[in-house]
Amino acid sequence: MFDTVESRFRQINPEVDFCSLRLVEERSERISVRQGILQPVQDKLDVGAMVTVHDRGGTGYAATSDLSPSGLSAAVEQAKIWAQKTAGSSVFDFSKVAMPAPVGEYSTPVAKSWDSLSLADKIDLLQQTCTSLKSNDRVVDWEATLWYTEEDILYITADGARVRQKLHLMAPQLRVTAAVGSNTQTRSFGLFGESQQGGLEVLDRIRFRDRAPQLSEEALQLLEAPNCPSEKMDLLLTSDQMLIQIHESIGHPLELDRILGDERNFAGTSFVSLDMFGSYQYGSELLNVTFNPEHPEQLASYGFDDCGSQAEKTFIIEKGILKRPLGSLISQARAGLPGAIANARASSWNRPPIDRMANLNIEPGNQTLQQLINSIERGVLMRTNWSWSIDDSRNKFQFGCEWGQLIEDGQLTKVVKNPNYRGISASFWRNLKGLGDSSTFELLGSPFCGKGEPTQIIRVGHGSPACVFANVDVFGGD
Amino acid sequence: MESYFYTIADRLQQLLSGEEVYTAWFEGEVSNFVRFNRALVRQPGSVAHQYLNVDLIRDRHHANKTIALSGDLNVDGERLKSAIEALREKLSHVEPDPYLLYNTEVASTSHTSTQTLPESTAIVQEILAAVEKFDFVGFYADGKVARGFANSLGQRNWWEKNSFNLDWSLYSEGDKAVKANYAGFEWNSELFREKLNKCTEQLQIIQQPSRTIEPGKYRVYLAPAAMKEVLGMVCWGGFGLKSSRTKQTPLIKMREEQMRLHPAISIQENTGAGAGPNFQSQGFAKPDRVTLITEGQLSDPLVSPRSATEYGVETNGANDSEAPQALDMAAGELAASDIEKQLDTGVYINNLWYLNYSDRPAARMTGMTRFATFWVKNGQLVAPVNVMRFDESLYRMWGDFLVDLTSDREMLLSANTWDGRSTSSVRLPGAIVDEFTFTL
Repeated sequence: MFDTVESRFRQINPEVDFCSLRLVEERSERISVRQGILQPVQDKLDVGAMVTVHDRGGTGYAATSDLSPSGLSAAVEQAKIWAQKTAGSSVFDFSKVAMPAPVGEYSTPVAKSWDSLSLADKIDLLQQTCTSLKSNDRVVDWEATLWYTEEDILYITADGARVRQKLHLMAPQLRVTAAVGSNTQTRSFGLFGESQQGGLEVLDRIRFRDRAPQLSEEALQLLEAPNCPSEKMDLLLTSDQMLIQIHESIGHPLELDRILGDERNFAGTSFVSLDMFGSYQYGSELLNVTFNPEHPEQLASYGFDDCGSQAEKTFIIEKGILKRPLGSLISQARAGLPGAIANARASSWNRPPIDRMANLNIEPGNQTLQQLINSIERGVLMRTNWSWSIDDSRNKFQFGCEWGQLIEDGQLTKVVKNPNYRGISASFWRNLKGLGDSSTFELLGSPFCGKGEPTQIIRVGHGSPACVFANVDVFGGD
Repeated sequence: MESYFYTIADRLQQLLSGEEVYTAWFEGEVSNFVRFNRALVRQPGSVAHQYLNVDLIRDRHHANKTIALSGDLNVDGERLKSAIEALREKLSHVEPDPYLLYNTEVASTSHTSTQTLPESTAIVQEILAAVEKFDFVGFYADGKVARGFANSLGQRNWWEKNSFNLDWSLYSEGDKAVKANYAGFEWNSELFREKLNKCTEQLQIIQQPSRTIEPGKYRVYLAPAAMKEVLGMVCWGGFGLKSSRTKQTPLIKMREEQMRLHPAISIQENTGAGAGPNFQSQGFAKPDRVTLITEGQLSDPLVSPRSATEYGVETNGANDSEAPQALDMAAGELAASDIEKQLDTGVYINNLWYLNYSDRPAARMTGMTRFATFWVKNGQLVAPVNVMRFDESLYRMWGDFLVDLTSDREMLLSANTWDGRSTSSVRLPGAIVDEFTFTL
């Protein structure tokens, strides 16, 4: 199919300044066992292509699932009409940007293919795991899920670019809810954190089979726990909460299209402005943040973005100083900045590329988890995000976690439920006072980040060590 | 799209063997999307997609597959054949599903709107001409949206509408803006100008020096668009039977502790007055109305076919997620002309943003003010207010501290385009709330 479509596209002579085709075939399977009952097994096959045209200074796109010669020609024509009819009123003269013409390939390394385990064996694995989640009568809902996706993407341009990328993605999940009266507590694992690229070996890497008993036990412990106290104290966040902290208060504010104003009607703007790059003290000297596509198992690793820019590890924040935005080739050109971060990304064939963080990681420090705990006189450890909210400039935030544990005189003490904290991005990162070493570092990722008009849900990766923040406004539930 | 869907349904029928049954759900759209920034075009384009979800059933064994349709029967026929073969192979490995339920009483319907819209490029030019003096940022979407259902028992349902949705903001500086929306099925240039003019009036107040308020408790007015965000949080598991029975509903205290909201709060799923189809993916018809909250007390939940069998009750045509699609909240008695006077001194909130729970079982939620938020003194809008975070429980907002609801309600057609253009809507009033807690 790919060769046929490529050949058809190359036979079209669009007579425009630039024309690309992005062909996507995505296959996925989702298997879930809830309360011991197999839920309907769900497969998906999604196939289609997007044509992008730059002409006379304008741009336009057309997405179609009709991959016949006439379907592709019609898409090229439609994209061309949009480019030409809006050329005089475009935010940018697209004739001024030289689009890359890359040739290359990229694929996720897979050690154990999804098909190496039969459907019956996968169901059996989920049944066993699900049974382990139901440890007590107070457990009222429990579920184990495997969601696997293969994505095959071909990016070609009329002037000879050709990039083929094959991604394999695993998003497993465990979820257990315990309740007494109106006191309900949930513990979860996977999906929003431990999603990775790869095959079934991901399950071994994240110890999926072993997680259920502890998860269930923790949900029951939370039922008995008091609410998190309300006071200013030190805050120790593990990687599965750092994921959302990085995502919302570093990733989004640094996306260049937000800074340029494209997202102001929906996802929002940014407290960061162009003049801050190179000098702004974003965090303490401990803070080093990279765009890092070099961990092939991380969820948003790839070789090239959806406009053909090659992905390379780049420091975004170095020793706390803001270095550069997450700007795609076109956004960088619009902003008058050189170069590009390969972050022009589309969620599928029927959505256009926009600036999107991919793998955005904090480099590890040199303290063990125990040393971080020992350094805290009074504080709280929080694990596993379950609530997130931030203003449209990505400044005033509030996050909540599933699990909290007080730290008193350098020791972990009692478990607390409904732990929340709030702060302001512009000052929060400057209070980073402890950075965990590689033993506390996890390469995490989530399949769900929403942005754009039309809206797109895309995969992101965030690796981080455990981190300690000073003097944070912490509170609990009612 | 309709005739092609029926052709596909017939092709599926031919692929069945023995006692096999199928149900099929169709979602398709032919859309134009144009993004604007600074009164110029950022990204214009068109998207045509069609998806078919097929559930193959044999003796309570079943599995489903979604495939993208190309519109070419030769290509799609092969995809259907492969899909049925793959599903048939799966059936031998899956256990019988005790909670399977699909409609077996054939009830076919067809609804196609006949409205036509002007060419998208012409509307774009009209928008650009009208907003050239402003820092206008927004999104225009138009075109056909369709939903279909078919099964091997011969049921066929079709729903198709041609609609548009222009969602925009006028900015003054930084994060100060006025947000508005014009959506419907027939473009009216005069109405668009009226809505734009109304925005420009508020823009003049936005341009006044901003006021920063301290965290604390304030009397506030929540406009319908802000109320929609609060209601959206309640919809996240608040009205479904499954979330209620598994104690994950944010309204659990209403169920377990007989907590109640203010008697003025009555909410229905009003499919009859909504903007979407009145059938769902297992072929059940949605009743015109399901009463969810009556005078502050929990009433009926939304029940999907799966929950119906799991918990032994009747389905009321809810979708799989048991999320409302056409919410309708009762009006109050506060006249639109009296809002500022009744608010007296406090905060006039047009929009809320990015809500989530601080304590879900307590229905306590947090979120931000966004866009046009004003300080009101002695019944007069005097200055824009810098963004504030709130943290408040539903039992206070829509309970003890609800002062009144407006007598006018707004019908808000969703501008969402997550997997495709949304067909959901809400109709709701504004509200004056006392002791509303800002935290940051």
